[in-house]
Amino acid sequence: MALPVAFFGVFFAYPVAAIVVRGLKADGGWRFGRIGEVLADSGIRHVLWFTTWQALVSTALTLLIALPGAYVFARFDFRGKDILRAIVTVPFVLPTVVVGTAFLALVGRGGLFDDLWGVRLDTTVWAILLAHVFFNYAVVVRTVGGLWSQLDPRQEEAARMLGASPLAAWRRVTLPALAPAVAAAALMVFLFTFTSFGVVQILGGPTFATLEVEIYRQTSEIFDLGAAAVLTLVQFVAVGLILAVHAWTVRRRETALRLVDASLTARRPRGAGQWALLGGVLATVVLLILLPLGVLVERSFDTSSGSALGYYRALTGDDSGIFLVAPIEAVGNSLRYAAVATAIALLIGGLAAAALTRRAGRLVRGFDALLMLPLGVSAVTVGFGFLIALDEPPLDLRSSWILVPLAQALVGVPFVVRTMLPVLRAVDERLREAAAVLGASPWRVWREVDLPLVRRALLIAAGFAFAVSLGEFGATVFIARADNPTLPVAVARLLGRPGELNYGQAMALSTILMVVCAVALLVLERLRTDSTGSGDRGDRMGEF
Amino acid sequence: MQSVRSAHIRAFVAAAVGLGLVTLSACGSSSSDDSGSGGGSKTVTLVSHGSFAYSKDVLKAFEKESGYQVKVLKSGDAGQAVNQAILTKDNPQGDVFFGVDNTLLSRALDNGLFQPYEAKGLDKVGAEYQLDKDEHRVTPIDSGDICVNYDKAYFEKKNIEPPRSFDDLVKPAYKDLLVTENASTSSPGLGFVLGTAAKYGDSGWQGYWEKLKANGVKVVDGWEQAYYQEFSGSTDGKKAGGDRPLVVSYASSPPAEVVFADPRPKTAPTGVAEGTCFRQIEFAGLLSNARNAEGGKALIDFLISKKFQEDMPLNMFVYPVVEGTSVPAEFTEYGPAAKDPETMAPAKIAENRDQWVKSWTSLVLK
Repeated sequence: MALPVAFFGVFFAYPVAAIVVRGLKADGGWRFGRIGEVLADSGIRHVLWFTTWQALVSTALTLLIALPGAYVFARFDFRGKDILRAIVTVPFVLPTVVVGTAFLALVGRGGLFDDLWGVRLDTTVWAILLAHVFFNYAVVVRTVGGLWSQLDPRQEEAARMLGASPLAAWRRVTLPALAPAVAAAALMVFLFTFTSFGVVQILGGPTFATLEVEIYRQTSEIFDLGAAAVLTLVQFVAVGLILAVHAWTVRRRETALRLVDASLTARRPRGAGQWALLGGVLATVVLLILLPLGVLVERSFDTSSGSALGYYRALTGDDSGIFLVAPIEAVGNSLRYAAVATAIALLIGGLAAAALTRRAGRLVRGFDALLMLPLGVSAVTVGFGFLIALDEPPLDLRSSWILVPLAQALVGVPFVVRTMLPVLRAVDERLREAAAVLGASPWRVWREVDLPLVRRALLIAAGFAFAVSLGEFGATVFIARADNPTLPVAVARLLGRPGELNYGQAMALSTILMVVCAVALLVLERLRTDSTGSGDRGDRMGEF
Repeated sequence: MQSVRSAHIRAFVAAAVGLGLVTLSACGSSSSDDSGSGGGSKTVTLVSHGSFAYSKDVLKAFEKESGYQVKVLKSGDAGQAVNQAILTKDNPQGDVFFGVDNTLLSRALDNGLFQPYEAKGLDKVGAEYQLDKDEHRVTPIDSGDICVNYDKAYFEKKNIEPPRSFDDLVKPAYKDLLVTENASTSSPGLGFVLGTAAKYGDSGWQGYWEKLKANGVKVVDGWEQAYYQEFSGSTDGKKAGGDRPLVVSYASSPPAEVVFADPRPKTAPTGVAEGTCFRQIEFAGLLSNARNAEGGKALIDFLISKKFQEDMPLNMFVYPVVEGTSVPAEFTEYGPAAKDPETMAPAKIAENRDQWVKSWTSLVLK
């Protein structure tokens, strides 16, 4: 417990507090008057209103579009299910700078919608909403689908036998069991869309700003740290509320439901209705997710010189200065950073999960929600906070490479905790006690009892933390480092320069990033479904 | 069984810490930069934004001549980098900061970011670039021009003359052709607004933008989208079906279109509307609390040396400020620097910037 608390305190709470205090203090006195001033500003009020409105609508849309998908992934068996499940998760771990570009090809000029119906949505609010669905589809499919696949279908069948109509049976039996998972997924989607930054900046056009965009503007354009601090506090309160409600739904989900092995509940679709549903969901996935990603791949091969691999070859050449190294080396940098970030996230998240398993009580539960906070605090706040907080020995980490994986691990920890917790809670304490009675040392107890049971969950947590770290862009870009850009940073830099080769290389690097993420996630799918029958719940990965 | 449990946790911690340390050390050794804080007098640290670029061997030459080791730290965009430097000015991350431009210069100077230093060779730097002549807290290093770029093919096909000036842009012939960036989040977007403010004065620029709006100017959030999605003159804008043949970009964009094309075209596909330019100048300065002030001074001298000035253009797509520096052929041929760009005093920019952006936003975006 001590280590996760310390980690969280030093690398999150302290930097964020430092930057907020810096903004609210002037000439030795507190300026709480700023809070009223900022909140009274009509522009800021509009931002707050828009942020809330678009998050609500995005969440509703995501549920509407993704719930059928959750059902199909949970209950149907079809070829390529694993690959598809990995692919729908790719957007979630990709940096927005990449995804925004891809999404423009769907809703922007010359995009698919434009070709089919002459509809262009870029710089409209629809582009933002659809992109949010694209990003968060996987959250719903995994969180709701994960539980759905383990609900015993026989319960609903029993209700039918007793004379309930299909709808009534579903409403009385399945829905109550699913409700906490749906609520948790909805809250998570709400959190991610409420704090949306890149999507709004790239797709929304200049008239839309969320709280996160406004914090960025106040910090890096206007340099009004007071206003930024007030807005950070506002966002903090909002995110805190969301997480508190979410923690409550998590506990609701841990109430005793009769869960069965997921492999028993999925079967091939039967009848026209089910095939139509499957077809509809597959069509949605193709249109909404595969297509934007496919556009990136297509553009990475679409060279003027006629050789399809031209951009990829350019990646290995010595670029003229902007990186000092061939852009391809960003792949190695990213992998290295992500590996270290994963190790840190596993250590911190594993310890936190272990502590949460052993103890109960209000404090511990609060800590569980606390670990999720970094998901909802703006990267620019954390980045600037690092700068002014971690600037003295022994913690002068400002120019150290370790700061990047540390920032990435902050985002990875919640995923590790969410993955490990259900599994650790399912390990029977009596097994450990029996081993100890039989004379095993604590180390051996852990090796012989816990490790086999949680090994897969650990691997799965690792994979997710790894993928999330690979795609982390927000905080990484604010941390000053010598010249070793990560993939997302390299993509952003290439996109910021004119010339066909730069754009093409950005597309090629994005494709590489996508493939690496997809492979990592696919390996996880394999782990997930390769059930050892140990009754562990490793297939609850990436759920919230 | 309490004892079993706590012993068990200890074992888990030991295992986890062990695993973590092994991974950390394995990766740490392969990381290319050291984690020292550059306190040694033999190391000099340059802090800059993400677009700072140079050739390795040029910096190596400086290291050899001066005996200093140079460490470069880059982060974020120009605005962020300046703000970060101001936030950390009491305990700076390095000795020299490069990349504060004339739109942000006042903010840096008023916050006491730099200490005075008159660089060797400053006499060869054009007087028009020296915006802190009296105190020499900053040294000009490079300049660039934010200008409207046009798609040559479009105007040839339509048989219309491309626009030449701000005045041209509001003419009916160029209706619905221009795309620009959001002045509140994009550096070229802001530069273009400042250019119009310099040209038409404090009272006239808003009237100009009303005309521009009536003439169908489109505003998108960032340069990437304007240039790569909306502008028909860039290779990728064409692929994306961009239909705006005029975009707010840089005078150096046409040379980049040639240099970064495979195969290279005979002529640049885009041109620059010469009377629509706003001059940006980038400066470097010795940070107020630099640990290695001597090294920092040597580094600033080097930044205005012939070697570095000649190396800049094809790395950062900017123009040198030292007279007599030879500029690469690509630049002279496809995109010479603007002859008579609009300029504005940094103090005036600082004074009006937020207000102008606010009124521009309500005028153009609402």
